[in-house]
Amino acid sequence: MMRRIAPSLLIGLMGLAGLMGFLGLLISQPAAAEQLVVSLSNHRVAINSNFVGENLVLFGAIEPDAGKTIRRGAYDLVVTVTGPRETLRTRRKTRVLGIWVNTDSQEFVRVPSYLAILSNRPVNAIAGAEVLRRLQIGLDNFLLPQRIGADFGDTAPDDPFRQAFVHLQREHNFYSEAPTGVTYLTPAVFRAALSLPADVPTGNYAIDVKLFADGAVIASTNTALEVTKAGFEQYVANAARDDGLLYGLATALMALATGWIASAVFRRD
Amino acid sequence: MQIYLPIADLPVNIFLVLGMGLAVGFISGMFGIGGGFLMTPLLIFIGVSPAVAVASVSSHIAASSFSGALNYWRRDAIDVALALMLLAAGIIGTATGVWLFTMLRAVDQLDLMIGLSYVTLLTVVGALMIYEALRAIMRTYQGQPATIRRPGSHTWMHGLPFKLRFKRSKIYVSAIPVWGIGFTIGFVGAIMGIGGGFLLVPMLIYFLRVPTATVIGTSMVLTLVTMASATVMHAATNHLVDAVLALILMVGGVIGAQFGARTGQQMRGERLRLLLGILVFAVGLRFAYALVVTPDDLYSIRNVAAE
Repeated sequence: MMRRIAPSLLIGLMGLAGLMGFLGLLISQPAAAEQLVVSLSNHRVAINSNFVGENLVLFGAIEPDAGKTIRRGAYDLVVTVTGPRETLRTRRKTRVLGIWVNTDSQEFVRVPSYLAILSNRPVNAIAGAEVLRRLQIGLDNFLLPQRIGADFGDTAPDDPFRQAFVHLQREHNFYSEAPTGVTYLTPAVFRAALSLPADVPTGNYAIDVKLFADGAVIASTNTALEVTKAGFEQYVANAARDDGLLYGLATALMALATGWIASAVFRRD
Repeated sequence: MQIYLPIADLPVNIFLVLGMGLAVGFISGMFGIGGGFLMTPLLIFIGVSPAVAVASVSSHIAASSFSGALNYWRRDAIDVALALMLLAAGIIGTATGVWLFTMLRAVDQLDLMIGLSYVTLLTVVGALMIYEALRAIMRTYQGQPATIRRPGSHTWMHGLPFKLRFKRSKIYVSAIPVWGIGFTIGFVGAIMGIGGGFLLVPMLIYFLRVPTATVIGTSMVLTLVTMASATVMHAATNHLVDAVLALILMVGGVIGAQFGARTGQQMRGERLRLLLGILVFAVGLRFAYALVVTPDDLYSIRNVAAE
């Protein structure tokens, strides 16, 4: 750690440009002895008419600083994939006069529509609770703000609405936690398999990769992924959104044509 | 074979949806109803969001009712004057219904309202239809004429003023119940997202004494116009009509409706009404069951933006 700061200080003293560089170094990469390089198998997932979900592979390598060797078996990796944000309301039913009615609800404001957390071993074993909470590592530590009155607030992991929300999202494969999702090919090369369900939300996905050693983050990097509709699916979705009236008229005409054809084909008299 | 639906945002098995279209189309052709009260719950069951289901089903119903209406048109089994008057009242009913729909959504109890109105409406209407049809069948077995157009069977409705003669149906009734029925169908349809054919057919038969020959064709014309305009309105305002889903449904639907219409014409009126009554009643019970039984998961998630 000291070794990195000392030359930076030297440069900083040499001029304004150097000082800026020093500040930048302090903010972005606090004394990383290792670097992370990752590559995603596909940065653009196209939804076309035969889309049934997609599997992506993230490859990565841990590169030690010049002159250093890789520390065998000392690294832990956590990959966090977050999908486009949306506001979702979780509702709870209770029995009122013999029938089940939605009585309570909590709104989760701008939470990820998709959230996958992959690691090489359970996150609780990788770092201490305080570090995990601060870095939002793991489903229990991820910030899911709720609307409380006119305000927003995070909730405790044991909040019943939060638990139900995470449980439902996991059931739909929108949220997932894979404690063995990251595998090492060599001590310095790893891979993580991401699976996007068939009804995956469209939009931009952020992939954050953090490298841990001895319970602390020593390097991190990120990459991105875009899920879009393509071809015919895209055409139909755009038409429905941009030219609603025309699209509706076309659909209604299609209905009439279908009805007329059937009536003509099956005509017996 | 899986196909991805561009608006519903999920892949479905094309043959499953085609089969659903066929089955519901058969029933709709047979009874002269739209079948929305069957198709919408089926689509929700396979994972389509309720809003997209309601919006897309409307175009499916438009297709099968147009195909059916053409058949009845060739047989001169449509009372155009009656259909037009019902439609005019229906539009006013729809506007009122949409207004109430928005009000209920604001207080966040729309689900419950829809559930309760399905239960009440379907069980009551179903039970009444079963009762009436069974009585008609009993009368036949006792050797009495099965017709419900008995001389002297005038109800209080026939004493109302503003009488009109509908030549094709050979009825002479007051305009007040005609407008009332049209308004009710439009109103209920807007609130529950259904065409209302299963309500319209018995209402026309019992309140206006429309003969079986013209009741189904006339009902289909009404369903066609309301559902075609519902498709356009849903697409223009909510952007939730899935044309791919609708096309698969309507191809199945129109084929099913053709066979259904033939089966229906071969059956005796009271038997047909008994079957429809049982069907409507059963769906009503199913909705009641869903309200009463403890759900698997007390929690549910709804996308606030898409609501």
